[in-house]
Amino acid sequence: MSTWLSRQTLARKQAVWAWIFLAVPIVYFTAVRFWPAVDAFSLSLSRWNLVGPRHFVGLENYRHLAADPVFWQVLGNTFEYLALGLPISLFLAFVIAYQLDRVRTGQGVLRALYFLPHLTTATAMAWVWRWFYQPAPVGLFNGWLSLFGIAQQPFLRSTAQALPAVLVPAIWAALGFQVVIFLAGLKAIPRSYYEAAEIDGAGSWQILREITLPLLLPSFVFLFITTSIGLLRIFDLVYNITAGGEGGPLNATKPLVLSIYQSAFARMDMGTASAQTVILFVILLAISLLQMRLLRQR
Amino acid sequence: MKIVRPGRVIGFTLLALGGIVMIMPLLFMLVTSLKSNSEIYELHVLPREPTLGNYIEILTHSHFARWFLVSFVVAAVSTVSVLFFDSLIGYTLAKFRFRGSGVVFVAILSTLMIPTEMLVIPWYVMAKSMGWLDSIWGIMFPGMMTGFGVFLMRQFFAGVPDELLDAARIDGLGEFEIFWKVALPLVTPALSALAIFAFLGNWTAFLWPLIVTTSPNLYTVPVGLASLSGEFQTDWEMIMTGSSIATIPTLLVFILLQRNIVNGITLSGLKG
Repeated sequence: MSTWLSRQTLARKQAVWAWIFLAVPIVYFTAVRFWPAVDAFSLSLSRWNLVGPRHFVGLENYRHLAADPVFWQVLGNTFEYLALGLPISLFLAFVIAYQLDRVRTGQGVLRALYFLPHLTTATAMAWVWRWFYQPAPVGLFNGWLSLFGIAQQPFLRSTAQALPAVLVPAIWAALGFQVVIFLAGLKAIPRSYYEAAEIDGAGSWQILREITLPLLLPSFVFLFITTSIGLLRIFDLVYNITAGGEGGPLNATKPLVLSIYQSAFARMDMGTASAQTVILFVILLAISLLQMRLLRQR
Repeated sequence: MKIVRPGRVIGFTLLALGGIVMIMPLLFMLVTSLKSNSEIYELHVLPREPTLGNYIEILTHSHFARWFLVSFVVAAVSTVSVLFFDSLIGYTLAKFRFRGSGVVFVAILSTLMIPTEMLVIPWYVMAKSMGWLDSIWGIMFPGMMTGFGVFLMRQFFAGVPDELLDAARIDGLGEFEIFWKVALPLVTPALSALAIFAFLGNWTAFLWPLIVTTSPNLYTVPVGLASLSGEFQTDWEMIMTGSSIATIPTLLVFILLQRNIVNGITLSGLKG
C-alpha cells in the first residue's frame, strides 16, 4: 500500500489519509449516535416491553400521552422549572458577575467560592439538600426556623413547596458556571468605553443600560440557551432528592426525564418512553434554533 | 488611587457573604461527615470530637472503595479515548482538504443536538444484545468520542500554521507522526480543557450508569450514592460521609486546575 500511496498526488494522498483517520470515528458515530437516534424515533412508533416482539402502532404512544393527565403534569413541572429557574439564575449570575468585575482584590478567591458548587456531583448535593429540608430536629432549615419561632415548613413533603425546594439547589449548582461566563463577557468590554462614557457625564445606571448590557448580549444568549437546556433536562437532582426517586409528592416535582426513566425502566414501556424522548428532542431543537436566530440577528 | 466609594464597600461585603452562603452546603457536608452519630442532632456547627470513624466505616463496610475504583477507571479510560479520537478527528477536519470533509464535520456537530436521554433506550437495547449490560465497558462505550470535543479541537487545530506541517512532510515524517509529534503538542491548552471536561463529566454522570448497571460492585460513585438510602436508612452522618467522598476529588481537581477549568469554560463557551 505504501508504494501505491507514494505514487499518488499530494491531494489524493491527503484524502486517503483523512479517510484512514476518520474510519473508526465514522463507524463509532454511526453506531452510537446516529443509528440510536433513528431507533428512538422508530421505537416511539412501536409497542415493546424489551422481551417480546416489537409492534408498529403508529402514533398510538403519542395519543396515549396526550390523554394522560400525569404526562401533562410532568410537562407542566418541566416548564415550571424553566420559567422559575431561568430568570432567577440569570439575574443572580449577572448581579454577582457585575459586582465581581468591580472587585480589585480577592476576585479570584470570591469567584472560586461561587464556582465551587458547579463541580460537585448532583447525587451528593441532592443528599445534602434533602438533609437540610428534613423536619426538625434533623433538618437544618427547620432548626433555624424554630430558633426564630417561625412555624415548621414541610418543604419536600408538600406538593406546593416541593418543586421550588428542588429548584433552589439546581440554581445553586449552576450559578458558578453562569457567573464565569458573564465575568468573561464583562472583561471583554474595553475599559476605554467606560472611561469615555464617564467623561461624557454618564451615570452608572446609564453606563449599565447603554454599554454593559448591549455588549453582553452574546453571553446572555449563550446562557439563556444552556440554562434552558439544563433545566429542561433536570433529572439527577430530582431523582435523588425525592423519596424513592419518585418525583413526588404526588408527581409534584417529576420532570420529563424522570418520567422517561420510569416509563422505560420501571414499566418497561419502551414505546411511550421513546415518544417522550422525541418530545424532549423537539423542545430542545426548538430552543437551539431560537439561539441561531438570535445570534444571526446581531 | 481612587477614593473608596461606599457603594463598592457594600457590594463587596454582600459579594463575600453570598460567596460564603454558596459554599455553606459543602462545609456542612464535610463537617457533618466528621461528627459521630450522637452529635449530629445538635445544632452547633463544629464537631466537638472530630472523627474519621465514618470514613473508615463506609470504606470497610460498603462497596464505596469499589465504586470509587469503577468511577476512576471509567473516567480515566473515557478521557484518554476522547482526547485521542476527538483531537485526531478535529485535526483531520481542520487540516486535510478532501471531498466530504464538510459533510463529516456537520454530521458530527449535529450529534450535539441529540440529547443523551433520547439515546439511552437504544443504547440499552444495543448493550443487551451485545452482552454489555452490567459491565464496565457497558458504562463506558457511549462516551468514547464526543461531538463537543471534535468541535473544540477543530477550532484549535485551525490555528496551527500549515507551513509547520508541510515542513514536517518535507522532513519525511509520516502523516500520523505529524499529527502526534508536531500538531498535538501545539494545542495542549485545549487538550487540558477537554481532559477536565471529559473527566468531570464522566465522574458525575448518573443516568446512563444508573440504567446499565445492576450489580452493586459495578456501580459508579453517583449510582452507589443513590443506593445508600436503603443501606444506611437515615444515618445522615454516613450519607454526608459518602457525599464528601464523592465530592472531595472534584474539589481537589478544582484547587489544582482552577485556572485551566475557568479558562476552558470561557473558551468553549465563547467560541461555541
